[in-house]
Amino acid sequence: MDVYLRTWWTNFLPPLLEPILYLVAFGGGMGGMIGNVLWNGRGVSYIAFLAPGLISVGVMFWAIFETLYGSFVRMYYQKTFDAIIATPLSLEDVIVGEILWGATKSVLVAALMMVVIAALGLLKFPEALLVLPFSFLSGLMFAAMGMCFTAVCPTIDTFNLPIFAVVFPMFLFSGTFFPLETLPGWAQLLAGALPLTYTSFFVRSVCFGQSGSHLWGPVLYTAALGTVAFWLALALMRRRLIR
Amino acid sequence: MSGNQIPVIETVSVVKRFGELVAVDGVSLAVPQGECFGLLGPNGAGKTSTVRMIQGVSPVTSGTIRVLGMNVAEQGRKVKALVGVCPQEDNLDPDFSVHHNLIVFSRYFGIRRREAQARADELLAFLQLSDRKATPIRELSGGMKRRLILARALINDPRLLLLDEPTTGLDPQGRHSIWQRVRALKKNGTTILLTTHYMEEAAQLCDRLVIMDRGRIIAEGPPAELVTQHVTRDVIEVWGYEQALLEFVREKGWQSEVLADRIFIYSNQGDEDYRELTAAFGMNQCLLRRGNLEDVFLKLTGRELRE
Repeated sequence: MDVYLRTWWTNFLPPLLEPILYLVAFGGGMGGMIGNVLWNGRGVSYIAFLAPGLISVGVMFWAIFETLYGSFVRMYYQKTFDAIIATPLSLEDVIVGEILWGATKSVLVAALMMVVIAALGLLKFPEALLVLPFSFLSGLMFAAMGMCFTAVCPTIDTFNLPIFAVVFPMFLFSGTFFPLETLPGWAQLLAGALPLTYTSFFVRSVCFGQSGSHLWGPVLYTAALGTVAFWLALALMRRRLIR
Repeated sequence: MSGNQIPVIETVSVVKRFGELVAVDGVSLAVPQGECFGLLGPNGAGKTSTVRMIQGVSPVTSGTIRVLGMNVAEQGRKVKALVGVCPQEDNLDPDFSVHHNLIVFSRYFGIRRREAQARADELLAFLQLSDRKATPIRELSGGMKRRLILARALINDPRLLLLDEPTTGLDPQGRHSIWQRVRALKKNGTTILLTTHYMEEAAQLCDRLVIMDRGRIIAEGPPAELVTQHVTRDVIEVWGYEQALLEFVREKGWQSEVLADRIFIYSNQGDEDYRELTAAFGMNQCLLRRGNLEDVFLKLTGRELRE
């Protein structure tokens, strides 16, 4: 309950133009060359396919980079965590607050991107609104994952490793920019292991208006992995900071 | 002096281990209400570890710590609500202004907005930062930052104030300004635990102190008593000396300590000895002074460098 006291959003100025540029460049530019793509047995325009992928990427990036770089800077360089745990707040409060804040950023970015994408007529309402609660859940998972890396990386340079090994493969191979079916078999297997695959599947389904029981899989997967990452993040942070 | 008999800080046989290293090795101390208590010692003596344990952010390996009668291990949140901490490192939030740093911090204590505003204004005035209210942290001088950290430590009107090397790196003005505030707080009855490397600071501020070395307390008492107990009343320092002077000191049978470039002569009748010495060798390389806490410190912890 102390957690809502976190106040990092005072300088919240989102670089939101980036996804719009992607949409114009890839959707408009490449979409013209590609034409329609096949997804879940139906043909959709490339820009319509891409838009939910960009929302998913935004949800991941905003959560995971918040707890990677944002939290690391506050913990390591600004010593903010030390300052806060000298007050009645505990380290657990701080970590939970950071993760919740990462998830909140995910929801904000999803909502803002949806405004742009809806303006292009690429969202099916009301189903698409399910993106918002789901992006909080997914944001929690990614923020908790980022916090795990923050807890184990000795310096900020070593973030290159998890970014190269985890974040980048997710960015490219989670059905975000092209349908998984077009990938070779091994890459499809890889995609199945990537958390963002489930987020992008959920987001694209509801953006296309396809709600239904097939959505429980991604929800449960995300909740389960999120729970594991959450407890792991707390344990690793305790190990790093409570000395 | 009446009423409250529970010590503000009470530690019993506190031990802190980091793997093989024993940072704190059985420290027991009691600090009564209203006292300014000093924790002195060379680098690695275990001062900061002790403070962090008292603060409740670092668990003890064994032993117990009570603050205001509450066990820190069990009632950490309650203890932390009543304690103000001025850490060694600057951990102000660089994203915020001077005033906003205090307001943000007050929220962690659950202080109401209006009360926090009033308290922040009061503290900024107390620490002569009122005209810097809106200044971003990165534009503050080192001295102003330290004063703001002290203000921040006072935002919850603490019963116990922990000052971990509050004046390290400050110029003399900055240092005296902090000392003056600490004395004012003392006068108000705030209990203070101070760690420092500056013996003058300890002598000026502390009612009582301990000297720690290698995790243990090796001396305890009021600063003046420690001086009379462990060193002589007077000390004569001689630098750039020649062999003849050394022999003169030996012949006299004076208690002395010979370093590469300096001799310390310890005496309870410094005036006389000084007169004799300067009559024979001149006075431009001799200094007569009172024994002080630094002499005690160096005598007890040795002169070799730590770390």
